[in-house]
Amino acid sequence: MQPFLTLVRRELGSCYVSLIGYVIIAAVQFLLGLSFIIVLQALVNKPFDVPVTEAFFNNGLFWLVLLLAPPIITMRTFALEKYSGTYETLMTAPVGDFQVVLAKFTGALCFFMSAWLPLLAYPFLLKRFSVDLSVVDTGAVGGTFIGIFLFGALYISLGCFASSLTRNQIIAAMLAIVIGLGLFLLSYLTFIIPPKPGWQSALLQHVSMIEHMKDFTRGTVDTRHAVYYLSLTGLFLFLTLKVVESRRWK
Amino acid sequence: MSAPTTPMIEVENLTKRYGGRAAVRDLSFTVQRGEIVGFLGQNGAGKTTTMRMLSCFMPATSGTARVAGFDVFTQADEVRRRIGYMPEGNPLHVEMRVREYLKFRARLKGLSAGRSRERVDIVTEQCGLGDVATKVIGTLSGGYRQRVGLADALVHEPELIILDEPTKNLDAHLTRAVRQLIKDVSKDRTVFISSHLLPEVELTCTRVIIIHQGAIRESGTLDELQRKMSAGQQVIAELSGPVPDLREAWEHMAEIEHFDIAAAEGNFHRCSLTPRAGVDLRPQIFELAKARGWQLRELTRTRHSLEDIFVHVTKREQDEA
Repeated sequence: MQPFLTLVRRELGSCYVSLIGYVIIAAVQFLLGLSFIIVLQALVNKPFDVPVTEAFFNNGLFWLVLLLAPPIITMRTFALEKYSGTYETLMTAPVGDFQVVLAKFTGALCFFMSAWLPLLAYPFLLKRFSVDLSVVDTGAVGGTFIGIFLFGALYISLGCFASSLTRNQIIAAMLAIVIGLGLFLLSYLTFIIPPKPGWQSALLQHVSMIEHMKDFTRGTVDTRHAVYYLSLTGLFLFLTLKVVESRRWK
Repeated sequence: MSAPTTPMIEVENLTKRYGGRAAVRDLSFTVQRGEIVGFLGQNGAGKTTTMRMLSCFMPATSGTARVAGFDVFTQADEVRRRIGYMPEGNPLHVEMRVREYLKFRARLKGLSAGRSRERVDIVTEQCGLGDVATKVIGTLSGGYRQRVGLADALVHEPELIILDEPTKNLDAHLTRAVRQLIKDVSKDRTVFISSHLLPEVELTCTRVIIIHQGAIRESGTLDELQRKMSAGQQVIAELSGPVPDLREAWEHMAEIEHFDIAAAEGNFHRCSLTPRAGVDLRPQIFELAKARGWQLRELTRTRHSLEDIFVHVTKREQDEA
């Protein structure tokens, strides 16, 4: 346990001492702030029937953050260590491969979530300046954060996997973005293919991240969605572990 | 704890293949506790591959290796706890501060918070890092970085330290400092050190293993290797005799296989004499000089430096190939 916590601390530390960590935080804050302003302008003085959180996520900038931040956070995890050679000192210390994978994942996920924390201030701002106090629903805010967490876990694990495959950070980031975008774009199949009754459209509903997030932002945490994200996260962590272990087969 | 009588490193028929090419072939050797063993070879001879296998970074294709009695593949955790490994090029987290880095490494290696603080203090002092403890590693000079790497290898009090090219890319002055440091820390532990630089090994190690193209060519203490090589060892004699007399004398001495005569300062001549196998010519030359009434100004047997042995060993291999 101690080596795991030591590694998580180091991963987090390396995010907060590097310039790139603050660039990510600043970019995320900028995009979220921009979304907030756009949502406010759209909603001001008009009655609306969707929860504010849903309106917020319907904004493309929200997705931009979700899709771009994880690959940039995770691109360094394995690739940089391999490039600088510290991978060798790390893997010859008395720590298990799985501990290393899990620690890098946990560190990156914590950093990712910390970048979202200022979002918590938005509901209070809304409440403070809106006449209708019911405008922000606590359940919807909670659901949104759970959605962000689950989505983040999947994309961070995917990013770790991409990073473990190469020693080049740029390639790691590109790979993670391509696979991640591919997964996300499955959502659009539901719009392109006309909904027909049958298993195809049921399947598409299940893999549609936009649909998932719509539920989360309404405050509905569907177990099926959670299982979808968690199992994919598990799959990518497993694949990462296998890549890390692969130096033993070569 | 394993019994102190088990050898520190036991390697049996270790082989590592990358694709079809064998980087290390059928390597077998033993390192006893307390030894400082130099692992010598040209670039690409298989030194790093062997060290990576010993440090559990990657497994062998076949054969076994044990460190302190533990198998490096099946008991990797036990082995890792007992070794301090400094990889080639001494990779470090350049964005961290020296003390912070050493503490991180100590904690990673399982030391408690209090113990790691203690040990970091000790190795900082031992490796002369006191002045730079709060500096960012990336801003340090090569010599200091090397010390940080060494301090990291030592921080968990390993029984064995494995250093892969510890003085690579250091200037002569720093090399000497790092070498001294290695000597200091080797007092109470086993050291296995690789190098392609001969003086390095000659000055620090008690025993040398020469590896070439993935296989061991020679192994032994420096004296043993020198003795092995002393067959055909040249003798240099500076005598005051005239050239024809000298020539005649050497031609009549049955033990001499080959000789060279060159003029030296004054009326002396410098003779390089190559004996037939295993003969020490020096007493005979002295007797000869006495008998003929020549003055003898110098009489030395050239000792082979490790470099000669190394070149000889690796050249033989190349000739055979």
